[in-house]
Amino acid sequence: MLDKIKDFASTFFVTGDPLIYGADVSIALTMIAILFVLTYYKKWGWLWKEWLTTVDHKKIGIMYLISSLLMLFRGGVDALLMRAQLALPNVEFLNAEHYNAVFTTHGTIMILFMAMPMMFALFNMVVPLQLGARDVAYPFLNALSFWLFFMGAMLFNLSFVIGGSPDAGWLSYPPLSEMSSSPGVGQNFYIWGIQISGIGSLATGINFMVTILKMRAPGMKMMKMPLFSWSVLSSCVMIIFAFPILTVTLALLFLDRFLGAHFFTLDGGGNPMMYVNLIWMWGHPEVYIVVIPAFGIFSEIVSVFSKKKVFGYKSMVFSMMLISVLSFFTWVHHFFTMGAGADVNAFFAISTMAIGIPTGVKVFNWLFTMFRGRIQMKQPMLWTLAFIPCFVVGGATGVMLAVAPADYQYHNSYFLIAHFHQVLIGGVVFGYLAGIYYWWPKLFGFKLDERLGKWAFWLWNIGFYLCFMPQYALGFMGMTRRVYTYGWDMGWAPYNIVSTVGAFMMGIGFIFQVWQISYSIKKGDRDLTGDTWGGRTLEWSIPSPPPVYNFAVVPEVKEQDAWWDMKEKGLDKIRPDHYEPIHMPKNSSIPFIMSVFWFVAGFGFVFGWMWMAVPGMIGVFGCLIARSFSYDTDYYIPAEEVRETELALRGNV
Amino acid sequence: MAQTAAAGHADHGHDHHEDHEGLKVLGFWIFLVTDCILFGTLFATYMVLRTHYDGGPTGAELFEMPGVIAETFILLTSSFTSGLATLAMHQGKVKSLINWLIVTAVLGAAFIGLEVNEFINLAHEGATISRSAFLSAFFTLVGTHGLHVSIGLGWMVGLMFQLKRRGITAVTKRKVTTVSLYWHFLDVIWIFLLTVVYLMGVM
Repeated sequence: MLDKIKDFASTFFVTGDPLIYGADVSIALTMIAILFVLTYYKKWGWLWKEWLTTVDHKKIGIMYLISSLLMLFRGGVDALLMRAQLALPNVEFLNAEHYNAVFTTHGTIMILFMAMPMMFALFNMVVPLQLGARDVAYPFLNALSFWLFFMGAMLFNLSFVIGGSPDAGWLSYPPLSEMSSSPGVGQNFYIWGIQISGIGSLATGINFMVTILKMRAPGMKMMKMPLFSWSVLSSCVMIIFAFPILTVTLALLFLDRFLGAHFFTLDGGGNPMMYVNLIWMWGHPEVYIVVIPAFGIFSEIVSVFSKKKVFGYKSMVFSMMLISVLSFFTWVHHFFTMGAGADVNAFFAISTMAIGIPTGVKVFNWLFTMFRGRIQMKQPMLWTLAFIPCFVVGGATGVMLAVAPADYQYHNSYFLIAHFHQVLIGGVVFGYLAGIYYWWPKLFGFKLDERLGKWAFWLWNIGFYLCFMPQYALGFMGMTRRVYTYGWDMGWAPYNIVSTVGAFMMGIGFIFQVWQISYSIKKGDRDLTGDTWGGRTLEWSIPSPPPVYNFAVVPEVKEQDAWWDMKEKGLDKIRPDHYEPIHMPKNSSIPFIMSVFWFVAGFGFVFGWMWMAVPGMIGVFGCLIARSFSYDTDYYIPAEEVRETELALRGNV
Repeated sequence: MAQTAAAGHADHGHDHHEDHEGLKVLGFWIFLVTDCILFGTLFATYMVLRTHYDGGPTGAELFEMPGVIAETFILLTSSFTSGLATLAMHQGKVKSLINWLIVTAVLGAAFIGLEVNEFINLAHEGATISRSAFLSAFFTLVGTHGLHVSIGLGWMVGLMFQLKRRGITAVTKRKVTTVSLYWHFLDVIWIFLLTVVYLMGVM
């Protein structure tokens, strides 16, 4: 019996590596610390009532933000491990297998568990406020989306200490990800972690699309809508069309592994290349899904910090929509070397380059917005300015890669690595950081410290160029991606050491940001007006942090940049003489419980334990039924309570 | 929540439930768009793999059309009866609404029964999901449709209880509307299945 348990434990838990023991200890300590703090301060009820069961979009946004920052840490540690391994030739810090697992989890986590939730954090924190709405279209579904993402991310991360990490690359190409090459549970963790959180992402796409189409304040025509909301709409359109493809692709891969089907296997008539087509039909729109909201953020920030209306509003809208359509016609550029033939390659080369045109239009619009503006160099603006040269270089190298014949040379080299980090860090990460600095005071009621922020900014930026510029050169020198070590004779060492130094500088930049947040919680400038930066859109018309119902009185919109317009007409000082009761959704425990059941089911599927997966799925359906039968889902906030809240928040009414 | 009416207007006091339910129907339409893409992907996969028999049985050898045609008629009829249910709902007849939903569900169950029967027969002939890429694609595509129908069945049964207890309200009305949208949608998918899988398979 004891032997059996021992035997089981030795395959179940991942052992034999000091890094993993370290992770075990830190996970255990963190858990104990959380349990202790919650019990000691008697916060369990508070946690449950205020956070785990909340349907308030602002709180959901904050939970997304915290989770994505944690995932940025995990993905960042992976990156630093890789750079440590590659710093010098013949290093034996990680072995080949471990290196495979690390680059796989780095990629997956950064795109799906860091960029996506950070984007959803901003959606949730900002969109209803910009639209003058009291909530999203489906608050219950919104909470469910978050918890599905969270449980999916936890499931994925668990693979590090239980069962073993996936190691077939961030997109899990067959046949590497098939049973024949990856017999362990790592790929199953990959499939179910992404599948569960993917359902949540799809639901978020639907939710925000309907919110934007249907819940705008009266008078806010589509062409008067803030550009960030436009970018969210554009991103949601892509989510709605792309994510079902991901769902199917992962399901098919799972059927291959679980039931011995032959979709992508080398035997039985399967076709691995079909997986590559399918995954990139989702995967390429995915990179635009995450970058488009960053464009929306830049449009808001450039306009506010130049004290000017954004230049070329209509062309901004048009170019975002064009990008969301074109993004579905570029996927083949990920495998020009597949042998699809010159015509197919030419089509996808041209459509890939075509995407640069609307993107270029946007960059020029931002520059023209700044032209003759009164530019204020606050943190959000700094990150926006840093983005422009970074993205221009990234775009240029992208066009180099899009030249199909030349791609035969760059394919799978470090040139490619440098390119996509340039657009993803320069576009997505810089953009979201700008957005977080910009909207932080709205959600939390205080500003993040400027001095520490500048340190973080310069460390990130200098670190970024040090890290990735040498990688372009390494690509030309023949260093291919996914190599875990190399010899002195290659001559790659000096470039790699510089690159590693740069990576660690970005890591220090992140530490500065953590410091910045913890410092600012106590000492940051309090925002008492609700309009920290002299904003132009409706979110700045309400107190910071906003009350649960957002708008005591739903505003009427007359112009684009509605709040700026109200301020100019002096309407901002007017207080309503009476209030109405406000209709709000009730908190619900079902999203959390249902997601726990998903986690249980997912864990069961990962290990092929039907005794666990089946009850998990029954639980999921049970929750759906429970929700369907509950009719008592909303309530009214009495007018008197609204009046008192407004009095307390705004002072003399 | 629902807030198309601006606050401060005199006619603001009424309940918001009505247009909130409309909002949910719109969301359901968008969900159906995503489901369309899901099936589209499965159809594309099937089209690529439909000749990859790997020495195993082909569609022409396996498919037995009488059963498939029976399934088709049953499902089309159930779509019609779900339409009658919606009609009864608009006339405010709860009883007739529930009865038509029961007829629809029974037909749906018969469809699933026939499909399960077909799958079992195929498995007995050695045509399992792991036999060839063609069969993997076949079982996944047809099975996904069957799974959708089964979920629709469970949903409909739950709805009957709610209708019995609460009658026709704005909320139950929206629920009947969405479930019948879903049911018609599955019917449309089946027509494509019939054509692409079975008719083209035996041709």
